[in-house]
Amino acid sequence: MTNHWNDFQNSDVILIMGCNPASNHPISFKWITKAMENGGKLICVDPRFTQSAAKAHLYAPLRSGTDIALLGGMIKYILDNNLIQKEYVLNYTNASFLINPALKLPGDNKGIFSGLKDGKYDKATWAYQTDAAGVIKKDATLQNPHCVFQLLKRHYSRYTPEVVSRVTGTPKDKLLNVYKTYAATGKPDKAGNILYAMGWTQHTVGAQNIRTMTIVQLLLGNMGIAGGGVQALRGESNVQGSTDYGLLFHILPGYIATPTASLATLKEYNEKVTTKTKEANSLNWMKNLPKYSASYLRSVYGMNATLDEAYSYLPKGDDGANYSWLVLFDEMYKEKFTGFFAWGMNPACSGAHSNKVRQALGKLDWMVNVNLFDNETGSFWRGPGMDPKKVKTEVFMLPCASSVEKEGSITNSGRLMQWRYKAINPVGEAMPDAEIMTELYYKVRELYEKYGGPLKEALTKLTWNYGPKRADGTIRFVDPHAVAKEINGFFVEDAKVEDPAKKGEFREFKKGDPVPAFAWLQDDGSTSSGCWVYCGSYGAVNMAARRGTKDPSGIGLYPEWAWSWPVNRRIIYNGASVDMNGKPWDPKRPVILWDGAKWTGDVPDGVGNPGSGRPPFIMKPDGVGSLFGPGLADGPIPEHYEPLECPVEKNLLSPQKNSPVLRRFDKKGVGSELDEIASCDPRFPFICSTYRVSEHWQTGVLTRWCPWLVEMQPGMFVEMSLELAKERNIANGEKVIVKSARGELEATAVVTARFKPFDIDGTLIHEVGIPWHFGWITSADRKYGPNDKKPEVFTTGDSANLLTPTIGDANSMIPESKAFMVNVVKKGVK
Amino acid sequence: MDVSRRGFLKISGVALAASGFGISLKPVSAYAQPLKIRYTKETTTICPYCAVGCSIIVSTRNGKVVNTEGDPDSPINRGSLCTKGGSIYQMAVNKNRLGKPLYRAPYATEWKEVTWEWALDRIAENVKKSRDKSFKFKNDMGLVVNRTEGIASVGSAAMDNEECFLYQKFLRGLGLVYIEHQARL
Repeated sequence: MTNHWNDFQNSDVILIMGCNPASNHPISFKWITKAMENGGKLICVDPRFTQSAAKAHLYAPLRSGTDIALLGGMIKYILDNNLIQKEYVLNYTNASFLINPALKLPGDNKGIFSGLKDGKYDKATWAYQTDAAGVIKKDATLQNPHCVFQLLKRHYSRYTPEVVSRVTGTPKDKLLNVYKTYAATGKPDKAGNILYAMGWTQHTVGAQNIRTMTIVQLLLGNMGIAGGGVQALRGESNVQGSTDYGLLFHILPGYIATPTASLATLKEYNEKVTTKTKEANSLNWMKNLPKYSASYLRSVYGMNATLDEAYSYLPKGDDGANYSWLVLFDEMYKEKFTGFFAWGMNPACSGAHSNKVRQALGKLDWMVNVNLFDNETGSFWRGPGMDPKKVKTEVFMLPCASSVEKEGSITNSGRLMQWRYKAINPVGEAMPDAEIMTELYYKVRELYEKYGGPLKEALTKLTWNYGPKRADGTIRFVDPHAVAKEINGFFVEDAKVEDPAKKGEFREFKKGDPVPAFAWLQDDGSTSSGCWVYCGSYGAVNMAARRGTKDPSGIGLYPEWAWSWPVNRRIIYNGASVDMNGKPWDPKRPVILWDGAKWTGDVPDGVGNPGSGRPPFIMKPDGVGSLFGPGLADGPIPEHYEPLECPVEKNLLSPQKNSPVLRRFDKKGVGSELDEIASCDPRFPFICSTYRVSEHWQTGVLTRWCPWLVEMQPGMFVEMSLELAKERNIANGEKVIVKSARGELEATAVVTARFKPFDIDGTLIHEVGIPWHFGWITSADRKYGPNDKKPEVFTTGDSANLLTPTIGDANSMIPESKAFMVNVVKKGVK
Repeated sequence: MDVSRRGFLKISGVALAASGFGISLKPVSAYAQPLKIRYTKETTTICPYCAVGCSIIVSTRNGKVVNTEGDPDSPINRGSLCTKGGSIYQMAVNKNRLGKPLYRAPYATEWKEVTWEWALDRIAENVKKSRDKSFKFKNDMGLVVNRTEGIASVGSAAMDNEECFLYQKFLRGLGLVYIEHQARL
């Protein structure tokens, strides 16, 4: 999230699209309600009339997977009616930048951008025009036909309300009402806010869904202001933190790229990944990357290795290779791995195409599963359709401590790092995850020290100084404060460092002193920091544990409650909340204010002294927000493409039906024989989308074992319209079978008026919805051995992901679980 | 109308007396029960479910959780909790929690309880075997990659920040490149 939960109260208009906070982030509604009490308007766009829709002033239905069409229409409406915040667009975005005249837009090029070759884009024609000195050419009048602003106009000229309505199934009057209401926030003193979640990410065009809204927010001047921004409502308590700490194939902690094979040395790596700019006034913050990469390497190997050695120890992927989730399980299915850790995860239910995932687990030699409860992953070998006697995998299920049985921090959706305390000892012999990792690390290290092995130094030289030590140098237990201090960072030697904010002034640090903030980190190996964005979180005090409740800003910043990254800034990009002279666009709700000598309010972001001319989006090399995004895999401007499995023969906006750059696992020689896709297939006539209910969390791996919650939401259901139920002769409460090209499951029919059939270009199209929280392990109809844990209240049904396809977003490879095709029949009916 | 609690009781008493529906107005003895959080230790925690980050007070007595409730000091939830947050008592006090390491041998039909020592020794041997067998110094183009190709990991957004940091350190030290978790879903 660019802003934070409390900040929702400052919005004049909130658009809920691709999420359902009333059900899934219920407490966020406290602040949405506050906004409404203050006179704000709430819009909800969703295929289903959700609990959030029930609270909205305006609800508009749309067919799953057509968000870009709807929002592209909004961009057209804003541009046609000149509702942009002109000064903001001109100065804080790349609207005026000139693009290579050879660029062809999909409207003039059969639905694709120029440069497509063998399922990949060569992006040469998407580049900015530059002068001899390398500075980007611009047209401040925004009239040049090759400037971003004009390209945007031309691109979205096809997205008329008539065409959009035929694509999305949204009635035209509702469409226009959404556009009018939201676009009213283009006035400098009005704030529009967008909330999204998996409803946007879990599509083959997921990244572009979010880009489309970002364009809207930039055009309306809504980024960086109170009550504005783009909010990803995250579904796991620490998925923000786990991402910050780089538990992904493509990033190290702090969003710095993982090294690849062609970057043999740290020097080459820094050279390649450090951003550069020729724009005179741009700060280009990521020019500091070498300080962060060096400090990270120190945090991993300390003084046990030189920076160059430490870099060489880091594993490197092949250039351009993708090791993400869908690829991982595809490779597992093809027997690439002998070993697997499913640590605090239940992929047998959470992974798209769970049947494939469950089969893949059987191809391993060994698996370690760490969790609080028995689950479908650890017990996959005795699941439905499995014969344990034929499953070779050796499985270890390790019990870990719950969140109230250990101490440490987690980071919420608003980047707020909050400390948790230990209330009780773990149950039985369960241990905190950190202890399990440490014990396992020691065991593996011991084997390597004793018997050797390939590049054993990469493992044996890791620093592990996280608590009081035994005589042999190992720690007796993990002290989370020691880890938090290593993450914050410290000086590894005495140092005299120039104040990054005051040229010519120096400050002395002793070896071991905490680094005050990431601006003080060094690229020469004199500082260590596990994750630069968290530098400043643990110095003399543990900032995450703070409980101050003062709000001097009056806009809900609460700067003394815990700590948010970066540098306790509550609203990122807040440099864009003031005009070029440093005056807040919205004087009623200033985020930062210049008092004549310094900025007050929130920690200022990207802003020099008033009138400095520095563009405020300092994380971008050119300093401005990207209306045009030349770095994406599937196009510099979002274009509507149909989901891979969809009910329509044609894309009404262009001749190109699906995104042209998808990794198609259903193609021969790519995925496996299980990766079937059935689009426009009469066997699977209905769109299906997965969703959540308040009472369960994720795969239900914790909540299905809590009787209070199971009593409220006992099992798998499929929600469908009255019209569809009548067509299929299904009564509310009856057992039905939901089936896709990949699997089937039994569910209870929930027949409601919340779903309505869509009129898609004259054809009636049905959509159904299924929750994804269920799994066989807590059901009554499985076999329970004498030592098996048995739930007090059983659940019914299995995972929704038995039905979802192996297909991911072109940029992020997040699976498309929000639009795929199914059939629904009464149980027992052929 | 500003009615004090005592005043309100008087007014309702009058209303009841006047209602004449035969309600017995005999004094009812109320047994004041001691609060269930009496003599407890309070610690705060953050909800383990969604990422709103609601603060929760956990009350414990003699090492047992006796109550959990929303923390009124948090500016985010101001004491409120949703159904899930309101149920974390049951996550902590739950007879179905796993309390011992379990082992399932290849082709076995049941779990077997094992000791931590045994489980960790055996896992470490497996890790070493898989790593040694699949470690690649160079890729097909002859470039240095120093990676373990035969082990993959998923998880976890349910861990603390400090644990996430340690976990990625351990995995990258082992040479893994197939490192993924919930953020990709």
